[in-house]
Amino acid sequence: MTQHINPYTHLQTLEDESIYIIREVVAQFQKPVLLFSGGKDSITLARLAQKAFYPAKIPFPFLHIDTGHNFPETIEFRDQLVKELGVELIVRYVQDSIDQNKVKEETGKHASRNALQTVTLLDAIEEFGFDACMGGARRDEEKSRAKERIFSVRDDFGQWDAKKQRPELFNIFNGKIHFGENVRAFPISNWTEEDVWTYINQEGIGLPTIYFAHTRKLVKRDGAFLALSDYLNLVETDEIVETVVRFRTVGDMTCTAAFVSEASAIEDIMYENKSSKSSERGARIDDKRSEAALEQRKKGGYF
Amino acid sequence: MDLLRINTAGSVDDGKSTLIGRFLNDSHALTIEQEELIARKTKEKGLEDLDFSVITDGLIAEREQGITIDVAHIYFSSADRKFIIADSPGHVEYTRNMVTGASNSEVSIILIDARKGLLEQTHRHYFISSLLRLKTVVFCINKMDLVDYSEDVFLNIAAQINKMTAQFSHTPDIHVLPISSLKGDNVVNPSNNTDWYKGDTLSGILHKIIPNGIENEDFALDVQQVLHVQNKEFTDYRAYAGRIISGRLAVGDEVTVLPSGTKSEVIEIRKFTNTPTSANAGESIQLRLKDDVDISRGMMLVKQPNEKLLSKDINATVVWMDEKQASLSGKYLLQAGTRTAVCKLQAIEAVIPPENPSQTYEASALKLNDIAKVQLKTAAPVFLDSFAANRLNGVFILIDTQTNNTVAVGFVA
Repeated sequence: MTQHINPYTHLQTLEDESIYIIREVVAQFQKPVLLFSGGKDSITLARLAQKAFYPAKIPFPFLHIDTGHNFPETIEFRDQLVKELGVELIVRYVQDSIDQNKVKEETGKHASRNALQTVTLLDAIEEFGFDACMGGARRDEEKSRAKERIFSVRDDFGQWDAKKQRPELFNIFNGKIHFGENVRAFPISNWTEEDVWTYINQEGIGLPTIYFAHTRKLVKRDGAFLALSDYLNLVETDEIVETVVRFRTVGDMTCTAAFVSEASAIEDIMYENKSSKSSERGARIDDKRSEAALEQRKKGGYF
Repeated sequence: MDLLRINTAGSVDDGKSTLIGRFLNDSHALTIEQEELIARKTKEKGLEDLDFSVITDGLIAEREQGITIDVAHIYFSSADRKFIIADSPGHVEYTRNMVTGASNSEVSIILIDARKGLLEQTHRHYFISSLLRLKTVVFCINKMDLVDYSEDVFLNIAAQINKMTAQFSHTPDIHVLPISSLKGDNVVNPSNNTDWYKGDTLSGILHKIIPNGIENEDFALDVQQVLHVQNKEFTDYRAYAGRIISGRLAVGDEVTVLPSGTKSEVIEIRKFTNTPTSANAGESIQLRLKDDVDISRGMMLVKQPNEKLLSKDINATVVWMDEKQASLSGKYLLQAGTRTAVCKLQAIEAVIPPENPSQTYEASALKLNDIAKVQLKTAAPVFLDSFAANRLNGVFILIDTQTNNTVAVGFVA
């Protein structure tokens, strides 16, 4: 139907847009940082940052908020990547916030440290005086994300006010803020999950091994498979199984569900994702708490 | 695969959310989670037809009030095209969000209720589409099922549309088609109920538009940053990073630096490890020049410098976007691309009511959502072209230096 079909035209556009945004963040802010989770989106963001400045080095550190419930494969990958890129890695631990009595560990079957990250993140922002935090969030992930600007201003308390968002027009990004405020910047806002996978494939970007099919011990709970780990509070109805799975999105071990899959090549993963018709957030158990779960966490300063 | 950016505006009553939901549904682009949510909410509300609005109204306040407040971005692809839909509010108090949604779009979809015909909102939406010089405007006469798919009703509204669009100097490509989002007529699948309509479905129209059609040919690049590298491989590497606003750049071209007027020759274009011999509008590049020139962020590189780019007097149409009114002689920070300069509101020439653009009136202040012709004076040149000549280099925002809010968008005359 279209006259001219070039498989990478739209990805090229997205890449050019993201690089422009990353450079704007660096130019407009004193102390930017990249929030690095070890997932495919922040890995893609790291690659775009590398491309934006090469042959110069990435001119900002990476910050990882470590919940202590990460997949060990993710941590291993993270350390290797920052070494290759030559960037400074800052790690702050949710465990420290718990030990300082700033947050309380959740209890029960669905206990997760995902929401607790917010306090550790806001403390780290204050500790280092970061005025812009770049993240790999995408608007197609969830419907309150779909409403967020690319430069999203947070107040002194890290809060997002959905009703007071600044208009964001054309290619003009207003990064002016008051002392104490900070901006969350989302350079890959307009990418979809499929775009990210296509780009990873095209660029030959490495990923943690958990994204690919592997044999793992799992807990079968409410029809979902969770990785068996010391962090998961087991209940009577839980069933422990061993099977071949992969993860489509990577969060904490306690709240990221695995897909039964034999896909070990990116093309196979993309094909499976497309045929499943399910969204990747479907695997994030913390988002299922209510229709507004993510918006409410974001208002409180969650990334 | 190419990318088409679309804007839709209207209130929930027009069936805008239903149209988007229908589009995704009939294009087989809904996820299982979205399908489940629609089914659950439809049941909760006790509705007969599926409630698609729940997938676009993402904020708690929107669901509570049953209106769209801010722009939602919806992404989907067909076999050969990727779409980004900016789903924007239609209420007058959220005009600024509608402008935000439309600013990055090439196509505007305007919904009209077949029972009601053109409303004030229709005029406003078309006016904004025209002000933003969108390439294509598609009028969907919706809810045709409620007027028995009457050709007369359709023709009558089409005539009203002709009358409205004739008032404007900039006329986009216009399409008018009869649809029913609720029943699915002419959205993705052709309808059996409108035999008298021989045109394309909405999906058909959106697939035939050629993205990024007319581009300005004059090369312009905003300097975002200066990169300096000194290592074994790159000895004394000095490059200028930026995204090409318009035109094309090739190695060997002579460029002029604004505002200094210094000229030099491009000796390298770089994109990561590649060094292509040329680059086009939209590309983020680094470039190196033959001579050691004084260049920093906020300057611009062009091939054909002209007087207008260096002017400090700007005539423009602005949309006021802040609760705090604009008053004569007010000072703001003007930002265009990566360039900024302090500016003063010299004159408010006329306020234009979008519902009736010929009935302009005088005013001494600008209120939220006012659209007006104004004169500004900047403290330094910001290298703006006219919006009609060069879309991305003819637009700016005004920032309130006390609140830091973006208070206006302007289109240079």
